[in-house]
Amino acid sequence: MSTDPGPPAQRATGTVVPGWRAMWLRVEGHWAWYRRYWRSSLYSSGIEPLLFLAAMGLGFGSQVEAGPATGGHSYLHYVTPALLVAGAVMSGMGESSFPVLSGFKWQKDYIAVTATPITPGQLLGGQLAWLGIRLTLSGVVYGLVALTFGAWLRPGAVLVVAVGVLAGLACAAPVMALAAATYDEGRRFIVMFRFVMVPMMLFSATFFPIDRIPIELRWLTWISPLWHGNELARAAALGGGDPLAVAGHAAFLLALFAGGVVLARRLFYRRLVV
Amino acid sequence: MANGGDDGDPRLMVSGKALVKRFGGVAAVDGIDVEVRSGEAFGFLGPNGAGKSSTMRMVACVSPRSDGELRVLGMDPDKDGPRIRARIGVVPQLDNLDAELTVRQNLQVYGRYFGLSRAHVRAKAVELMAFAELSDRADDPVDPLSGGMKRRLTIARSMVNDPELMLLDEPTTGLDPQARHLLWGRLYQLKQQGVTLIITTHDMHEAEQLCDRLVVMDGGRIVAEGSPASLIARYSTREVLELRFAPGEQDGQVSRVADLAERSEALPDRLLLYTADGEATLEAAHARGLRPVSTLIRRSTLEDVFLRLTGRSLVD
Amino acid sequence: MAAALALRILPFGRYTGRPGAVVERSIRVHSRTWTLMVSGFAEPVVYLLAFQVGFGSLVGQVIGPGGQQLTYVAFVAPALLAASAMNGAIFETTYPVFFKLRYAKVYDAMLATPLGPVDIALGEISWAVIRGGVYSVAFVVVMAAMGLVGSPLAVLLLPAALLVSFAFASVGMALSTFLRSPSQFDYIRLVVMPLFLFSATFYPVSVYPESVRWLVQVSPLYHGVELMRGLAVGVLDVGMIGNVAVLAALAAVGLAATSRRIGALLLG
Repeated sequence: MSTDPGPPAQRATGTVVPGWRAMWLRVEGHWAWYRRYWRSSLYSSGIEPLLFLAAMGLGFGSQVEAGPATGGHSYLHYVTPALLVAGAVMSGMGESSFPVLSGFKWQKDYIAVTATPITPGQLLGGQLAWLGIRLTLSGVVYGLVALTFGAWLRPGAVLVVAVGVLAGLACAAPVMALAAATYDEGRRFIVMFRFVMVPMMLFSATFFPIDRIPIELRWLTWISPLWHGNELARAAALGGGDPLAVAGHAAFLLALFAGGVVLARRLFYRRLVV
Repeated sequence: MANGGDDGDPRLMVSGKALVKRFGGVAAVDGIDVEVRSGEAFGFLGPNGAGKSSTMRMVACVSPRSDGELRVLGMDPDKDGPRIRARIGVVPQLDNLDAELTVRQNLQVYGRYFGLSRAHVRAKAVELMAFAELSDRADDPVDPLSGGMKRRLTIARSMVNDPELMLLDEPTTGLDPQARHLLWGRLYQLKQQGVTLIITTHDMHEAEQLCDRLVVMDGGRIVAEGSPASLIARYSTREVLELRFAPGEQDGQVSRVADLAERSEALPDRLLLYTADGEATLEAAHARGLRPVSTLIRRSTLEDVFLRLTGRSLVD
Repeated sequence: MAAALALRILPFGRYTGRPGAVVERSIRVHSRTWTLMVSGFAEPVVYLLAFQVGFGSLVGQVIGPGGQQLTYVAFVAPALLAASAMNGAIFETTYPVFFKLRYAKVYDAMLATPLGPVDIALGEISWAVIRGGVYSVAFVVVMAAMGLVGSPLAVLLLPAALLVSFAFASVGMALSTFLRSPSQFDYIRLVVMPLFLFSATFYPVSVYPESVRWLVQVSPLYHGVELMRGLAVGVLDVGMIGNVAVLAALAAVGLAATSRRIGALLLG
């Protein structure tokens, strides 16, 4: 029986990392994964929006006459900025659903990380920062390829990438909150994709202007974050945005993002610190 | 700050007083007092649902206590969670490795969360892979590794910050004997280096092998505490005589021999007589005309203590 | 027919004639999530509405099968039916199958009973087709309600949708057996999304330059789209025999491949 303590252990080498750096370390962890798997994720982040651009902007666009509906622009010019934002929103929501749930439930890497000095809040911050980086990356790739199609009209179009990141993150944060509150196999995400994401894609003035939507249903468009993103993106890419309207759309997206982060943070703590 | 204690005995790695953890209205941990000293290997034993893992999670600072006092490395988990976690190593019950990363990447990425430099984690990963005998799988993804390899990697990962205190939740459950013995050897090595170990297990053999001191938990409370030898001395006898009878012949036998032992127990397939001298008790039983099919005299183990304290009926 | 062909290719004894047991399992699992299946009605409504009020308002008449002038929504609706049959079949046979194969070990448990790999393949594919069939009925009903079918031949849209489901479910399931990590699902999307977008779904094949049209015609979904579009407006064409043959061949190959892969992975 040896309750005698033996040689004293060395002081552990671990230290507490300050908040922003801790977030960044999580990004580094994602990067280690990405370096191995970028090929397989290249598709959803890089290629899919371009396929949409080719099919809708060029293919479907060939059937559309430029006119008042498209603000006098060709369909390609009309749809290109909106498709960037729509792609960012789709991948923002997608990346925040099953992949985040898996961190809690299947892969359990969130459990592993919160056993270290990293806190649940920093974990969430890292997840959002990483998503922001990926959205930026895919936005830039899309923007450059669209440039070779001649799809941009003015230099202000570079701002469309920023709009995409903002809209993507604004939609991602509440979905991360939902994932943190999901304990089953995540069927609700499938319902969400079908009843929130797909209608949002179709009825947010991505492909056709809002005045085609019956007036009784138009409020649905007004609350759609994608519509606010599309309006911002078109203002940047095609010009002619009313400054007040632009400020309003940006404020809507920022508020959604902030609200989503606050809620997600609370639910991350509730899930991981029990 | 040798052991970082802000208050209390600096040699106490963990001290809990009247510690309670409630989920809803149910108390998973129902007022336990526990002290773990520096350099010791401390065990939590108990059936499923006894409150071992809940206690471990409170010590690991991922589960705030509902009531009572708790100090880990002299600090309060509620206030200093990250500072405590920086200095401990956690091996969860279920491996939560990053299945899509390689062995090496798992160690490096995890090490970075402890604020360690890239150069440091690079060197540390090599050292830990050697420790866990995984060097030749260094750049393979984790997913296809065997259960034993994953477990070793999980333990190696928990050591990336050279922890002063390691929390191991059922470290060898589900492993084959080879893998178990290898792990025990590694844990013993850590103990030699002065690392404090807290282990939960329901493998009594493991507890006897590894733990200097242990507590038996049942229903959220501590029902016994001591070294394996002292627990056996207190709650069991030196030896156990097992008498096995042909089917159907056992009924009524126990009353004929119960007085020969300090304690007796009738199981569906055999009689257990707890006694100081098994040989002598067996002779006495033969003398009373008992004709068992087979007999076994063995030393008391922690398992006997465990079953006596927590009962034989299934818990869940 | 495709199933019978596959059975002749496959080694005997790997089929015990009980794929129904596998389907029954799925029905039990999903009986609690029937709301999700009922919700399948809402999806075609959303899509067709978007094409009716939105896309259609940007485009005038489109030339359909047999040179008929069609409204844009009437042109797109049958193609969307084919695409939704494909998407549903692929969805049902990829992620859930991967999960059951790699994590939940459902097929290991089934193979420990008299069931063989062909029972599993046929059972799982059948389930995907049944589910797809429910959605397709919903779709056709919505199409008819919106006045988007121009011929009694449109009743044949349903068997055509089942054939499309069967073909893509077989292939989807076969592909799932090759996946090792969830992130590789992107590879499947990498195939499915171009099929969805470029199989003359949203605009006539004549939009493409002559030199790349053959590429579109290689797409199995294109054959589904052509078949459906012809049936919806009531124009029969000998080419439809070819369309059906391509889809049936795909189904047979997928079924055989799935059975082999499950056998090789779990019985090897």
